[in-house]
Amino acid sequence: MANRVAIVGVGQTYHRSTRRDVNQQEMVGEAVRAALADAQLSAKDIEAVFTSNMETFEGIYLPDHLMVDEVAAFGKPGLKVCTGGTSGASVVAEGFHFVAAGLFDLALVIGFEKQDTGDTTAAITASVTPVWGKGVATGAIGEFAKQALTYMQRSGAKEEHACMVRLKADRGACRNPYAHLRLGLKSVEEIMKSGYLVWPLRLLDFCPQSCGACALVFASEEKARKMTNKPVWIADLITVHQEPFRAGSFGDPTGLETYTQEVAAEKLYKRNGITNPRRDICMAEIYEPSNWEEMSLYEHFHFCEKNEGWKLVEKGITEIEGEFPVNPSGGVIATNPIGATPTIRVAEAALQIRGDAGEHQVTRDVHTAVATALGGPNWTVMTLLKRSL
Amino acid sequence: MTDRVEKLRDLDVFIYHGKVDIPDTYSAGTVGSRFLIEIRDNKRIMGTRCPACKRVYVPARSVCKDCFGRMDEWVEVGDKGTLLTYTVVHVPTSVQLKEPPVAYGIVQLDGADTGLVHLLGEVDPDQLQVGMKMQAVFAEERVGSILDIKYFKPAA
Repeated sequence: MANRVAIVGVGQTYHRSTRRDVNQQEMVGEAVRAALADAQLSAKDIEAVFTSNMETFEGIYLPDHLMVDEVAAFGKPGLKVCTGGTSGASVVAEGFHFVAAGLFDLALVIGFEKQDTGDTTAAITASVTPVWGKGVATGAIGEFAKQALTYMQRSGAKEEHACMVRLKADRGACRNPYAHLRLGLKSVEEIMKSGYLVWPLRLLDFCPQSCGACALVFASEEKARKMTNKPVWIADLITVHQEPFRAGSFGDPTGLETYTQEVAAEKLYKRNGITNPRRDICMAEIYEPSNWEEMSLYEHFHFCEKNEGWKLVEKGITEIEGEFPVNPSGGVIATNPIGATPTIRVAEAALQIRGDAGEHQVTRDVHTAVATALGGPNWTVMTLLKRSL
Repeated sequence: MTDRVEKLRDLDVFIYHGKVDIPDTYSAGTVGSRFLIEIRDNKRIMGTRCPACKRVYVPARSVCKDCFGRMDEWVEVGDKGTLLTYTVVHVPTSVQLKEPPVAYGIVQLDGADTGLVHLLGEVDPDQLQVGMKMQAVFAEERVGSILDIKYFKPAA
């Protein structure tokens, strides 16, 4: 039987397109110091340090070596993980597994990406399988454009619904001081006016490239209960893999292939006795690179029936004040430092459970939350968090 | 991208030859930039001192690896120091800026507690010895790069 693991510290940097004032490791150090301060710990208390990013997106190799001092890892065990878009959730899995195994009582888990150093779209385009992918890949944006079109035609959702998702994200981001894009968007028309990036995705339909980092402190049950009266328990975590390039590097939007989200959700819910996700879970922080993808993910995660994702939006169910808030932080469409993005989902969900999310704290009480990650190699990671076990 | 497709003569397989060419832009950071500005403008080599363990880091770093304390105190170290170790490269590679033989050494500057890796110049490699006193030679045109120190030569 695995030991229980709690999140006892949360820290993140603010997020921007460029952070020329600092290098990669200095930026990551900001999140580490914030997380240690939140946990009321010093660096010496930490026994192991786990890091994650997509190093080809930054063009800086072995970044975990370069940042040993800034992340307080000198002389300590720990590994860097790199699993595409899910990296920042895979590192949560890594830390969770090590602490649950009883090897460490206090571990630091870090996701980061400094995208002003490299060219993410070039790197994603270059990372497809050379046999089927080279020459026909368009990076991430083209993938989500295809998914948007499929969703639009399959579900009956209108562009207005995607715009409503974008407005919801911006309202959240404007209440989140760490968010990257805080645009103050007012109307559907404003979004419809933004130019096409990759049809049918408009500029405002897609996430930005952000620089930022997020750090979490994980504790064993004994440590956690001594340290804080607000531990957030990692109740369960699931990773589902699939080989990427069958009909697209992020999956087959036509529905001919398996959706890893559905496999992950079904398994996670079953083993945790969740029969009605929208009733049994209080809110979600999901990895939605585009507004269209958010509606599609509602369905894959069984937050609603097939072809009804847009109806949740229309009814305001996923708003901050709604019955089942999704991405009150503003989500990925407002802030996307890729390697940190899934870590931020877990951090934000943990803050909601603690009641410490500040201005973007949701209206309803949150005792259970789910954080999800999505990645280029067609992987899904879901983390289930609870106030009490 | 794939630049060239090759059909192997002896096997029924194709080989794709390509080259990953990705632009990058790197910030030297707050501390690294100040270290380089001092060299560029004042030919001064500066380190940072840990407030807890007093170790002086050259090149200047922002955090002490032992104490995890922020290092805000800047101290000037000398342009002379001691050669701790060295090597001489005899084979050219595409990433080496100079034709071989190229000597590299680690120099502990006077007043620093760490070694600095740099090129060694104005010396016959056969004359190099661990423990030699070395002196920094600054480039005429300095741009904010570690090569604003041209190399270290044996001190007079």
